[in-house]
Amino acid sequence: MNPIIVSDVYKKYGKVQALEGVSFEVEKGEIFGIIGPDGAGKTTLFRILTTLLIPDSGEALIDGHHVVNHYKTIRNMVGYMPGRFSLYQDLSVEENLKVFATIFDTTIQENYHLIKDIYQQLEPFKTRRAGALSGGMKQKLALCCALIHKPAILFLDEPTTGVDPVSRKEFWEMLKKLRDQGITILVSTPYMDEASMCDRIALIQGGNFLKIETPTNIREQFKKILWSVQSSRMFPLLKDLRKYHIVKTSFAFGDTHHVTIDQSGEDYVSDQLTMDYLRRYLEDKGHTEIMIQPIKATIEDCFMELSH
Amino acid sequence: MLRYLLEKEFKQFFRNPFLPRLVVIFPLTALLIFPLAANFDIENINLSVVDQDKSPFSKSLVQKIQASGYFRISNVSSNFQQALASVESDESDIILEIPPNFEKNLVREMRASLMISANAVNGVKGGLGTAYLSGIISDFNTNIRMQLTQNYNRLKVPNLEILPLYKYNPQLLYEVFMVPALMVMVLAMVCGFLPALNIVNEKEQGTLEQMNVTPVSKFTLILSKLLPYWVFGYVVLTVCIGVALFVWGLLPLGNLAVIYLFVTLFVLGFSGFGLVVSNYAANTQQAMFMIFFFVLSFIFLSGLYTPVANMPDWAQLISNISPLKYIIEVLRMVYLKGSGVQDLLPQLVALVGFATFFNGWAVLSYRKRG
Repeated sequence: MNPIIVSDVYKKYGKVQALEGVSFEVEKGEIFGIIGPDGAGKTTLFRILTTLLIPDSGEALIDGHHVVNHYKTIRNMVGYMPGRFSLYQDLSVEENLKVFATIFDTTIQENYHLIKDIYQQLEPFKTRRAGALSGGMKQKLALCCALIHKPAILFLDEPTTGVDPVSRKEFWEMLKKLRDQGITILVSTPYMDEASMCDRIALIQGGNFLKIETPTNIREQFKKILWSVQSSRMFPLLKDLRKYHIVKTSFAFGDTHHVTIDQSGEDYVSDQLTMDYLRRYLEDKGHTEIMIQPIKATIEDCFMELSH
Repeated sequence: MLRYLLEKEFKQFFRNPFLPRLVVIFPLTALLIFPLAANFDIENINLSVVDQDKSPFSKSLVQKIQASGYFRISNVSSNFQQALASVESDESDIILEIPPNFEKNLVREMRASLMISANAVNGVKGGLGTAYLSGIISDFNTNIRMQLTQNYNRLKVPNLEILPLYKYNPQLLYEVFMVPALMVMVLAMVCGFLPALNIVNEKEQGTLEQMNVTPVSKFTLILSKLLPYWVFGYVVLTVCIGVALFVWGLLPLGNLAVIYLFVTLFVLGFSGFGLVVSNYAANTQQAMFMIFFFVLSFIFLSGLYTPVANMPDWAQLISNISPLKYIIEVLRMVYLKGSGVQDLLPQLVALVGFATFFNGWAVLSYRKRG
């Protein structure tokens, strides 16, 4: 039986439908990513799975235990790291770790092997109060505290939000090591570029799962023509692109714009010709240094495609 | 597990730069300074005298007033307008106007009028000042009558003298009355507010939620929050009893064990109240405001400042819902009258009721949200 089984979970806060019939399964020893923008329902889902919230309807099983009826069993075997730093700021690094080891009736020594790699980086600061740590260090400490009782399943809600890019990369490396030790990891993130670090991802928006796939498959399933377009004046370019009749969508992606092309209309002849038409259209609009290139879809392109 | 959680709570408490000092300084301030500051005896009332008679009688009346010790002659005016101006400029609190021919009328017609005008912006000062002044004048009046009647014939003037006997607080010392009640205030702070704010703070920090995803039961968690403050409560109470003894010379006439028994009940109830607040408040600000609102109401209805019997009927009725009222009654009765448990049965029932009510509510409201 899979460690996480969720079927048709609904949750409503007042008039806001936070989750609208979410179903998925996570396999043992897999990093499953929930990718979506803020307010998509990620945290609600995590709170239901960690027994902090009762779903309106639907079922969720953690290692075969029902989240509502057997919440006590679940609380003994999962590790949860909420999106916001939630450790005792007035206790030191070591004391925080000891608190969580003790309340799970274990010791730091017993499961030291699990946290060794991470904790070694924290050790120079072990007498420092948790509130005085840097953002990246706080995340590492929170992960240690969530791991100290050797959980079978780890829930990480936006663990890399507010963390610098280097620490983020390190953090994902750690998660991969933990997965290799057999721990199932459910992780959420609003950063699309982190999706490729997961074994499988679910794209979530407005309380709905848009798709569940491996990151590679999601990108390969993107069938539209996708071009990146650049010119010397990027903002007017975005507006002009959106006005052009065979451009279906156009979004700003860092320093380029990604456009998808409508292949169904009569105006579409072939890629090359359409690209030339587009270039000529942009030149007429007064753009210079125009660069148009076909590109491979990123997760973010897929997300945009699926959510429109 | 509870032992370890308690260890953590104590560690956090003593690490807090503010709380340990508060627990020491607050009771000391409350018991050393408040009884001195919150004193309703009025002294140094500024009196403006308008003496239009300037006779031996009027002079001796003014002297008598001055000698009473309550009044300070701040201003002597020749007419009422001037005196009123001195009240307006806050120089004087009360005007005594002695009309022309005061002595003549008194001797010839056996009657004369005086006018007392008081500034009632500070109602207590105005009211008490007028009362003191009337007392002095009527005393003066009796003397005059005695003198005058003696001159005519030695007719005996029937005279009624009232000698009040103040039971339980013979010298009417304000601090004797206030100190036991102030102890309750301090206890309410330490055992009601502090744990409530502590829990709300954990809620705000997210640590409460983190704790909820562990095998720690809610009961253990809450108990680990309350127990330290109960301990501090007893420490504070003992300090208070010490201050009352060594500074104010107050030793309860009754049994100390009775005080500790009732305080235990009160603390149970009030920490339950704190829990209810912490269940409804989402952050410290809300909790502070809720506590402030309820505690102010509890205090005003408790009889700490205004005796409950002086309140209007409706307020007396509402005052029954203030747990502070009962415990203040208990402390005053044990301290001043030496009451025992059998005299305090109504208070006992009320405090047990409050403890059950608030803790029951706390459990129910916690479940609903849990």
